[in-house]
Amino acid sequence: MAGQVGPGSRSGLRSAAPLLLPAYLWLTVAIFLPLSAMVFFSFMTDLPLSGKPWSFTLGNYATFFSQGLYATLLLASLRLGLEVTLWCVVIGYPAAYVLAKVLKGRSREAIFLLVILPFWSNGLVRIFSWAMVLREGGILDSVLNAVLPFRISIDLMYSYPAVIIGLVHSYVPYMVLTCFLTIQAIDDSLIEAGRSLGASRLQILKRVIIPLSMPGLIAGSALIFVPVVGSFMEPRILGGRTGTFYGTVIEDQFVAVFNWPLGAALSFILLAVVLIILAAVSPVLRRAA
Amino acid sequence: MALTRVLEWLGRIYIWLLLAFLYLPIVIMALMSFNVSPFYQLPFEWTTRWYVALMGNDQLITATWNSIRIAVITTLISTVLGTAASLALYRYEFRGKKFLQALLFPPIAIPWLITGTAMLIFFFAIGIGRGLHAILLGHVALALPYVIVVVSARLQTFAPELEEAARSLGANQWQVTRRVTLPWIMPGVIAGGLFAFAVSFDQFVVSYFLSTPGQTTLPVEIYAAIRKGFTPEINAVSTVIIVVSMALMLLTARYFKFGGEK
Repeated sequence: MAGQVGPGSRSGLRSAAPLLLPAYLWLTVAIFLPLSAMVFFSFMTDLPLSGKPWSFTLGNYATFFSQGLYATLLLASLRLGLEVTLWCVVIGYPAAYVLAKVLKGRSREAIFLLVILPFWSNGLVRIFSWAMVLREGGILDSVLNAVLPFRISIDLMYSYPAVIIGLVHSYVPYMVLTCFLTIQAIDDSLIEAGRSLGASRLQILKRVIIPLSMPGLIAGSALIFVPVVGSFMEPRILGGRTGTFYGTVIEDQFVAVFNWPLGAALSFILLAVVLIILAAVSPVLRRAA
Repeated sequence: MALTRVLEWLGRIYIWLLLAFLYLPIVIMALMSFNVSPFYQLPFEWTTRWYVALMGNDQLITATWNSIRIAVITTLISTVLGTAASLALYRYEFRGKKFLQALLFPPIAIPWLITGTAMLIFFFAIGIGRGLHAILLGHVALALPYVIVVVSARLQTFAPELEEAARSLGANQWQVTRRVTLPWIMPGVIAGGLFAFAVSFDQFVVSYFLSTPGQTTLPVEIYAAIRKGFTPEINAVSTVIIVVSMALMLLTARYFKFGGEK
């Protein structure tokens, strides 16, 4: 035991409390109480601060269920999350495999860092950078027209594909990271054993590598899917008028329409969806950790 | 095995393509900040005029200072509180410890849109309101779980016998912590602090909901500018941000290996 006290003893908590309290008090005031308050406000007709009379209501939730628009947008956001996650698997998994099993030593370390690096740089700025590439007369347009013998006009800006490209660019490093960690942990002797028993490359991939790296794939998918469903800045910048999703509607309630109770209800519905997804994958995540 | 070599080369080429996908837009954005044309027209003509314009943009300069100040204070507070909490979680056994550790994940996993709007509602309701103080309050909460996770990971490599030894030599709890434990976990503490700085400095969503017109941070100001229309000045300030945050992350990588290997 690290401390002077045994496990489960109450004096353990007494010694730990002064060190724990400041951090957890802060988390309570700034995260847990706000989340609870959001649930509370979502059942109100109006904010109690505005001076107007208010009462409890189920109206905000009724709005969600009676007006097809919100449910449609939530579905659109879920679909966006699914598509972005799939692209991240398709693009990120092979890269993670190459990093874990093909590259060695210093070059692996350097390339791994290069893949992870953009992830920690400013997300907003990286989304903006795609506007430079995708707009008409942008780099993609100019380069293709310089190379190709015929004239084409590439104007992907303000379209659904633009939103997908921007989001995949933002989140693919997550997939590479989580898959790299699990693929790297696969013992090479398992792969050798499969090979000596006459398995083809494809069989080894299907029977050994993919099953053993499943926790990484699932962890990466959850870590990507959840924030993408709640994204609003990316569809706004790259999607333009086509970029209306569930997240942008929530943003509107708070910064444009000022219907906070409805915004709170919409946020809470999103939170419920997110928590269900996280609960579903948490056994896998725990086993991976 | 000729086929194996071919496949390995294809794999290497693939990685470079991925890196191109990740970096080309950023490089192009940076190049455009040095291009004369305000409409991003080619051919490329070198200029630093957009950076000069940046210097004269008081609104952006103020927002930049706000961002730096908030990030520095966030780093200090969350590193101290987070390290203390990590030590407690490492040293002591008590009922509910698993629960406290589990509580660290919702702030990381819940989309910032939800956290941000919830903070806005709550801070408004209890009179904290919006502004830089509210942003700081939020940023520290967002950074804390990262600091605790990173410092705890470093503590896993610490041998508790060292504390025992110091204690048996007559050191009190504070001396043990300051002379034995802290020096050992310092790389983790520094990495945690750098994470906290990055979380705060790059934070857009939560700051966006908590800011008021005069009291904003740089990403919020950039978002407002982007929605008005693209200008090379945005490229210039974006380039500065990207360079700063990437340099910061390289620094973090020196203290904290991401691969999980020691």
